[in-house]
Amino acid sequence: MIEALNDLAGTIREALGERVLSAGIAFGDLTVVTTRDAVISVLTFLRDDPRCRFVNLIDVCGVDWPQRAERFDVVYHLLSPTKNLRIRVKVATGEDQPVPSSTAVYPGADWFEREAYDLYGILFTGHPDLRRILTDYGFEGYPLRKDFPMTGYVEVRYDDEAKRVVYEPVVLRQEFRNFDFLSPWEGTDYVLPGDEKAKAN
Amino acid sequence: MNEHNIRNFNINFGPQHPAAHGVLRLVLELDGEIVERVDPHIGLLHRGTEKLIEAKTYLQAVPYFDRLDYVAPMNQEHAFALAVERLTGTEVPIRGQLIRVLYSEIGRILSHLLNVTTQAMDVGALTPPLWGFEEREKLMVFYERASGARMHAAYFRPGGVHQDLPHQLVEDIGNWLDPFLKTLDDIDTLLTGNRIFKQRNVDIGVVSLDDCWAWGFSGVMVRGSGAAWDLRKSQPYECYGDLDFDIPIGKNGDCYDRYLIRMIEMRESVKIMRQCVNRLLGDAKTGPVSSLDGKMVPPKRGEMKRSMEALIHHFKLYTEGYHVPEGDVYAAVEAPKGEFGVYLVSDGTNKPYRCKIRAPGYAHLQAMDYICRGHQLADVSAILGSLDIVFGEVDR
Repeated sequence: MIEALNDLAGTIREALGERVLSAGIAFGDLTVVTTRDAVISVLTFLRDDPRCRFVNLIDVCGVDWPQRAERFDVVYHLLSPTKNLRIRVKVATGEDQPVPSSTAVYPGADWFEREAYDLYGILFTGHPDLRRILTDYGFEGYPLRKDFPMTGYVEVRYDDEAKRVVYEPVVLRQEFRNFDFLSPWEGTDYVLPGDEKAKAN
Repeated sequence: MNEHNIRNFNINFGPQHPAAHGVLRLVLELDGEIVERVDPHIGLLHRGTEKLIEAKTYLQAVPYFDRLDYVAPMNQEHAFALAVERLTGTEVPIRGQLIRVLYSEIGRILSHLLNVTTQAMDVGALTPPLWGFEEREKLMVFYERASGARMHAAYFRPGGVHQDLPHQLVEDIGNWLDPFLKTLDDIDTLLTGNRIFKQRNVDIGVVSLDDCWAWGFSGVMVRGSGAAWDLRKSQPYECYGDLDFDIPIGKNGDCYDRYLIRMIEMRESVKIMRQCVNRLLGDAKTGPVSSLDGKMVPPKRGEMKRSMEALIHHFKLYTEGYHVPEGDVYAAVEAPKGEFGVYLVSDGTNKPYRCKIRAPGYAHLQAMDYICRGHQLADVSAILGSLDIVFGEVDR
């Protein structure tokens, strides 16, 4: 399995040249990093080349890294049933930089890209129907971004007087409790609550 | 009526419709009775599972997986457990693996029983669900006896399973198998040769194998179209590699083939369960059911009373949890509905940085438009039934 992935990584590096930024194996998965401009040609190569045959699109999803300049990763998972191998393709992108849509290569990418747009606000150019998919009709914001609060901004209830569902700002009876479990005896890079008294004499 | 007055008709199917299998809203564009376009509106059951998991420790994330495909809860936990185990490099002892396989197959039967019988209900038969649900109830009792909960088990945990099974329970599962085969035969006689059932399913919703792959199908959907592809065989996890079972495949890729495959798969699951039961009562009768790594799996209650180390481990695991090495991993299992995968990104802390849940039903449902085009309106519910959609996992 690992040898096959190593061979595949070599093949991909050789065939795609500088369109591949890196190709490495970690935890038994092969990850190929490419650029926004090259992603469609990389996916097409992986699908059509007889040494790859990654015909099955497993998943497309976003990952948010807010501290990075290009904060999102778009991660494609592909499966080759004939070679019995999996591959992961990663593309970095920003809030305003759209990624070319892969729906022309894999029709099944449609909803996965809609989901990435819905939850992260990642834009895809050439997508036939880039609407929200999982969130409510008329939802605002991108809920899976790290800067979106887990409680959200609005809550809904049925108003008996207005005879309809109304949206109101979230009211929390209790503050959301986010415990810091990072172990104090393994060293933190900040002062733990209460510790400032121990240092002062 | 003039020709230019003829226009297509739009109707809403669901979300409150028994054949919508939950909360699916389909906007159908009809030309007479022919479906021209299908626009599924999903998300009515969206609970933000992935967001919630990011705020929980790895152990606290487990119960969310029961609530995805609530028809076969443990299969989902399995994918998450495998992902965490691959990142941490944890090995599960053989007894734990056998229990996992045993309960995964129970989950498969739970799911297929529900799907086959409700699909029959979608096309007009009422008896199969009544017969099927009786068996499902017995299986849920097995879930309850193992984990304490009929559905939301939280039983497969990273490192193994939560608790050992009593021998009596394993014996009871073994005794359930043969009567169940009899029930399967009964359902078989009721449906397989049934003229109405065949009229509603044969040559309906045909998908070619190339399209299956391109649309991201997996599981029964690709096997129905003729691919001998099953992750339990092709990329074996746990001890599936040592077990003897067959993979049924279809020839036509229609709803009827998918029904037949599900029926045969239940029999194959019985075969697997019998091997597990024999081994759980034979060579793997005793032994640990989860990893013995105290940094990962909490200690037994008895140990905690005697060992300071165990007490510390217990305290640390249930407050802070364990830290998972930095990296990302994709782990998939052959869930009853297809390939259920978890893409886990860890930043080295005690909480997942990102946990993407890849649900098979999501990929299958998006092809509704492609499959239903040109079919009759009545076929929509037959196709929907054979796709095996559960909204818990589609909407997440």
